[in-house]
Amino acid sequence: MNPSPPPIARLRDIGLRHGAVDALDAVSLDIPAGIMVGLIGPDGVGKSSLLSLLAGARAVRTGTLEALGGDMADARHRRAVVPRIAYMPQGLGKNLYPTLSVFENVDFFGRLFGHDRAERETRIAQLLTGTGLAPFAARPAGKLSGGMKQKLGLCCALIHDPDLLILDEPTTGVDPLSRRQFWDLIDAIRRQRPGMSVVVATAYMEEAARFDWLVAMDAGRVLATGTAADILARTGSTSLEAAFIALLPEEKRRGYRPVEIIPRDAGADGEPAIEARGLTKRFGDFTAVDHVSFRIGRGEIFGFLGSNGCGKTTTMKMLTGLLPASDGQAWLFGSAVDPHDLATRRRVGYMSQGFSLYTELTVRQNLELHARLFHVPPGEVAGRIDEMARRFDLAGIMEALPDALPLGHRQRLSLAVALIHRPEMLILDEPTSGVDPVARDAFWRILMDLARVERVTIFISTHFMNEAERCDRISLMHAGRVLVSDAPAALVAKRGTATLEDAFIAYLEEAETGQPAQAPVASPPPRAMTGRTALRAFDVRRMLSYARRETLELRRDPIRATLALLGTLILMFVMGYGISLDVEDLTFAVLDRDQTAISRDYALNLAGSRYFVERPPIADHDDLDRRMRSGEVGLAIEIPPGFGRDIAHGRVVEIGAWIDGAMPQRAETIRGYVQGMHAQWLAAKLAETTGKPASLVGIETRFRYNPDVKSLVAMVPAVIPLLLMLIPAMLTALSVVREKELGSIVNLYVTPVTRLEFLLGKQVPYIGLAMVNYLLLALLAVTLFGVPLKGSFPALTVATLLYVTSATAIGLLISTFMRSQIAAIFGTAVLSILPAVQFSGMIDPVPSLEGAGALIGRIYPATYYLVIVRGTFAKALGFQDLGPSFVPLLIAIPVLLGLCVALLKKQEG
Amino acid sequence: MAGGNILHLGIKELRSLARDPVMLVLIFWAFTFSIYGGATAMPESLHKAPIAIVDEDRSPLSQRIIAAFYPPFFLPPVIITQAEMDARMDAGLDTFALDIPPEFQSDVLAGKTPTIQLNIDATRMSQAFTGNAYIQTIVTGEVEAFVRRHRSDGAPPVNLVLRARFNPQLSKSWFGSVMEVINNVTLLSIVLTGAALIREREHGTIEHLLVMPVTPLQIMTSKVWAMGLVVLVACAASLAVVVQGLLHVPIEGSVALFLAGAALHLFATTSMGIFLGTVARSMPQFGLLLILVLLPLQMLSGGTTPRESMPEIVQAIMQAAPTTHFVILAQAILYRGAGLAVVWPQFLALGLIGAVLFGYALTRFRKAIGTMA
Repeated sequence: MNPSPPPIARLRDIGLRHGAVDALDAVSLDIPAGIMVGLIGPDGVGKSSLLSLLAGARAVRTGTLEALGGDMADARHRRAVVPRIAYMPQGLGKNLYPTLSVFENVDFFGRLFGHDRAERETRIAQLLTGTGLAPFAARPAGKLSGGMKQKLGLCCALIHDPDLLILDEPTTGVDPLSRRQFWDLIDAIRRQRPGMSVVVATAYMEEAARFDWLVAMDAGRVLATGTAADILARTGSTSLEAAFIALLPEEKRRGYRPVEIIPRDAGADGEPAIEARGLTKRFGDFTAVDHVSFRIGRGEIFGFLGSNGCGKTTTMKMLTGLLPASDGQAWLFGSAVDPHDLATRRRVGYMSQGFSLYTELTVRQNLELHARLFHVPPGEVAGRIDEMARRFDLAGIMEALPDALPLGHRQRLSLAVALIHRPEMLILDEPTSGVDPVARDAFWRILMDLARVERVTIFISTHFMNEAERCDRISLMHAGRVLVSDAPAALVAKRGTATLEDAFIAYLEEAETGQPAQAPVASPPPRAMTGRTALRAFDVRRMLSYARRETLELRRDPIRATLALLGTLILMFVMGYGISLDVEDLTFAVLDRDQTAISRDYALNLAGSRYFVERPPIADHDDLDRRMRSGEVGLAIEIPPGFGRDIAHGRVVEIGAWIDGAMPQRAETIRGYVQGMHAQWLAAKLAETTGKPASLVGIETRFRYNPDVKSLVAMVPAVIPLLLMLIPAMLTALSVVREKELGSIVNLYVTPVTRLEFLLGKQVPYIGLAMVNYLLLALLAVTLFGVPLKGSFPALTVATLLYVTSATAIGLLISTFMRSQIAAIFGTAVLSILPAVQFSGMIDPVPSLEGAGALIGRIYPATYYLVIVRGTFAKALGFQDLGPSFVPLLIAIPVLLGLCVALLKKQEG
Repeated sequence: MAGGNILHLGIKELRSLARDPVMLVLIFWAFTFSIYGGATAMPESLHKAPIAIVDEDRSPLSQRIIAAFYPPFFLPPVIITQAEMDARMDAGLDTFALDIPPEFQSDVLAGKTPTIQLNIDATRMSQAFTGNAYIQTIVTGEVEAFVRRHRSDGAPPVNLVLRARFNPQLSKSWFGSVMEVINNVTLLSIVLTGAALIREREHGTIEHLLVMPVTPLQIMTSKVWAMGLVVLVACAASLAVVVQGLLHVPIEGSVALFLAGAALHLFATTSMGIFLGTVARSMPQFGLLLILVLLPLQMLSGGTTPRESMPEIVQAIMQAAPTTHFVILAQAILYRGAGLAVVWPQFLALGLIGAVLFGYALTRFRKAIGTMA
C-alpha cells in the first residue's frame, strides 16, 4: 500500500499527560488518507488518547496535530471540520443515551447536524435498515446487546456523511458473530464511499489483519507502522500477537515464555468438582441464564466463552452463591450450593471481573484481611503472605496501594488473594481483560501450574479465543444459553472450520434462528440530500435538539423526576413547620407560697393566655429544680409568702420567674410574654384600686401583612425562593455532570453544537420543570398551609420565570467546575442553601446583615425574588409596586449565562 | 469466630476511611469550623433592625424617643412622612415604623394617655416579636423618664425578677454550638456508613466479602461499630476542644452520660445509613436521598425550633425519629445537668428505635445482596 494522497492527519511530537503518567510520549505519525488504519496494542497504551485528540475531543497540549488540512489546536479550523469527522468513543454505547430509543438517538444526532425532518426520516430509515436495527427502532439504547449498541453508534456517526470516521475499540466485548457483521458493515460503507478515511483502535490482534495499515503502540509510543504483511515480515512471526510481543522493548519481553499447554491426566477421578443442571436466572421477564448444565472435573481448566452480557458472570455468581438461582441446581464438591454454607466457601477462591479489591488498603493489608476472614490460623498468616508474595512476584510492592500499580500487577494480586486460603477450586471471571499479551501469558503459566501440579479446578471465563484454546474444555455461551461444550480442538474439528472463532460463529449462526445465516446486506447510507448546512453561531435547531433530548431523558429517569416534584413538596412541608418561629403552648408551673386570692389571680392571668399551658403546681424548690432540668416546664413562677399582705400594705414585693434558657430564642420570647403580662396585670390592679389610668402612653401595635403573627404566613412564602433555587440548580448541575460521568459529554466536543446552544438546550426543560414546581408550591401554600395569595399572580409568575432561569443558570455554572455527580449534589446544596437562607432576607432582613453576607445578599437573585414573593403573597402588591425588584433579576440572567459560556470547555482537558 | 470477623472487617473500614481524604476533611470540618461557625454566626435576636419614624409632634419628647434607637439593636431611624410609610414597608425597607402623633408631648403631660402607633412587618418573624418588646420598653422608658422630671409617680409595687436558668445571658452561641454538634453527629454517621456500603458496591468489593465465609450480619455490624466509633470520638473531641475550649460554653451535666446517649443514637443512625445504602443504587442517588431524609430529621427534631410550636401530628411522627430523642437528652444533660434519672425515657426510646432500624436494615441488606453482587 502506497498512499498517494496527502495524509489525513499529521502528528508531530504529540504528548499527553494524565497526572504523572505519560499517556502519549512524543508521537510523530502521518496517517494515510482514504484507507482503513488500525491502531493496535493492549488497553492503556494511549490509543484512545490519540483518537480523542484526532477527533478534536481533547485539546492538543504538546506538539502539533494537523487533520483535514488544518491545525486542530485552532478553534476556527475545528469548527469548520467538525461536521466532516465522526467519532465513536470507547465503551459500548458511550456516546449514546441509554433511556432514549434507537430512533431517538439517531434523530438527536441528525438534528445536531441540522437535517430537516424529511431528510432525517429518510436517512434514519435507510441507516437502520442497513444495519438491521430497523425492527428495534423503539427499543431504548440501554437495552440493546453490545453488538447492536455498536451498530447504533455507527448509525449516529454516519448520519452526517463524515470524511473521517474514528472508531475507538468498536468491537471490544462484542460476540464474534456481531463483530464479523460489524466489519462487513464497515466494508460495505467504504465501498460506497471510497474516499472516506477510517481510523480504528482495537485490542484484538486477530482483527488487525483486516486493516490496510497498522500502527502498533505501547506505553504511549509507536512501536511500528506498516501493513500487516510488513510487520509480520519484519518480526518474522506468524501471528500479529507474536509480532507485537516481538516489537515490545527488551525489558518488557524479559522472562517471557510462551504458555506451555500441559494436557490433563486422562484418569482423573470421577466425582465432579462443579456440576450444574438446568441452572436458570431470570431478572423480571428477562432470562439472563437459560437452563445451563455442565460438569467440571477436579483439576480441569474449564472455559466459558461468550460476549458481554451473555450470562457468563451471572452463571458464575450462581455457583458462588452470590445470586440465588431461579431454577435448576448446582453442586460444588458434591454438595448443593447454599448461600449459608460457610464451609464450602472456604474451599473456593473467586476473582471477579475487573479489579475489585480494596484500593484503600495496601497489597499486604489486602492479603492479610482475606487471610483472616478465611480463618487462616493466626500463626500461619505471615508465612502464607510471604509465600504468595514470592509466588506472584509481589515482594517489591507489598506496601503499595493497588491504584498505583499497573493492571498486570493488580491482577496478580487478585489471584494471590483468591489463593491465600489454598482453595481447591478457582472461579475466575474474565481475569485477563485489559491486560497486555506478555502479562496475560505469564498469568496463564501460573494457572497451568495450579491446575496440573496442585490439581486445582479452574473455572474461567474469557472473550479471547487464544485463551479459550488453552482450556481443557470450553462452553460456548450466547444469550444465556450454552450452545455447546467440548474440548476446543474437538469443536473446531466438529464444525470443520479453520479456527475456533469460525467454529463459534458457526454455532452462533445456527442458534440465531430467524436471522439470516450470513451477515445482513448493508444497504449503504445515502449521500446527504441537502448540502452541509452553513455553520451558524447560534442555531435554534441544535439548541432544541438538546432541549428535546433532555426532556425525554428526564421523563424516563424516575429518581430525578421524583426528587424534582415530590422532593420540593416534602421539603416545603418540612421547612414550613421546621423553621417555625411561633412560640405557643409554653409550659409553666407556679410555686405559690402565698396561696391567697391575689396570688392565685396572678397565676390565672398567665394560664388564661393562649401562649401558656399550666402544669401541676410546684411543691418546693427541689421539685422546681427537677422539673426544670427535665425540660418539663419552660417557665417557673415563684410567688413569695405574704404576697397578698405586702401588696395590700403597699410594700415592694418580688415575684421570681425562672426561664429555661437552654433554647435562647424561645427563652427570649417567654421573657417578652411574661413581662408583657406582668405589666398588664399591674395596670389592671392599679386601675382597680386607684381608678387612675395605668400608663402614661399607649402603644398600639399593628402587625401588618400577617395580623396573627403566624410563622406559617411568614415562612411558607419565604421557603419558595429557597426551594426554587436549590432543586432547579441541583438538577441542571447534575444533568451536565452526569454527561461528564457517563461520557456523552463527548458529543458537545465533537459535534457542531456551540456552548451556548448546549447550555440553553440543557436549561430550557428544567425551567419548564421549575415552573411546574412553582405552581405546585403555590398551590400547596394556598391550600394545605392556608396562606392566601393576596397580590398579583401574573407578577409573581413572571418573577418566578426570571428567577428560575437564574437558578438553573447557577446550576450550570456550578457544573462547569464539578466533576462527579455526588460533588455536584453537595456543592449545589452548600452554595445555594447558605446564601438563600442566611443572606437573602429569609430569616434576617438584608439591611440587618453585615460584611460579606450583606454583599452576597445584595447581588444574590433570591433577595429580590423574596421581596416579590412576600410582596405578592402577604402585601397584596403587583407589578407597579414591585418594579424595582425585577431589574436585578433581569440583569442576573445574561451575567450568569455569560459566565457559563466562558467557563465551559468545548474540549476535554 | 464471628467476633473476629466483625473486628477485622471493622478495622478494614477504619483503614479505608483513613485513606479517604475527602471524608477525613469532611469529618474534621464538621466538628471544628462548622461548629465554630454555627455558634458564632447565629445572629443575636435583634441586630440592626431597620426602623422608620414619622414624627408629627416634633417636640423634645419625640426627639428623645428618636434618639433612643441606635445600633446594634436598631439601625439609626429614618425620619419619614406618613405618606412614605406604606410604600417603604411594602418594599421591605423597614421592619418597624413608629408614628408619633401630633400634640404627643402635651397630651402625655396632661395625663391623657396618647397612643403611639407601631407598625410591624410581621412577615419578618425573627425581628417582629422581639423588636416589638424592645420598642415598647424603650418608648415607655423614655416617656417615663421624661415625665418623671415634670411630676412624680409612685414606683410599681410589684417587681418581676426574671432569671434565665442554664444560660443566664441567653447566649445563642451556647445553643448553636451544641446543636451543631448534634446535627453533625447525625449527618456524618449516615453519610459514612451509607457511603461505605455504596463504595463497596461500586468497587465490586462487596462480592468479595460475600463469597467469603462471613455473614451479612457480620458485615453490617462491622460498619456500624467502626463508623459509630469514629463519629463518637470526633464528637467527644469536638465537645472538649471546640465547644468547651474555644467557645467557653459551660457544660452542666456529665459528658460521659451524653456520650453514652450519643452511642445509642449512633446505633440508630448508622443503621439508617446502611438502610439508605441498600435503597440507593449509586452515590448520586444516595446524595439526593440523604437530603430528603436528613432535612426533616434535623429541622423537625426540636433542635432548630421548639417542638411544642409544631402541629401535633408532626410532633407525633417525629417521636419515631432518633434525632428527636437525642436532642431532648442532649439539651437535658448538657444544658440542664440532668442525670440518668431524668433522661432514661430517651435512652429507652433510642435503644428501641435503634434496634428496629438495625433489624430492618439487616433484612433489607440481606435481600439487597442478591441484586448488589
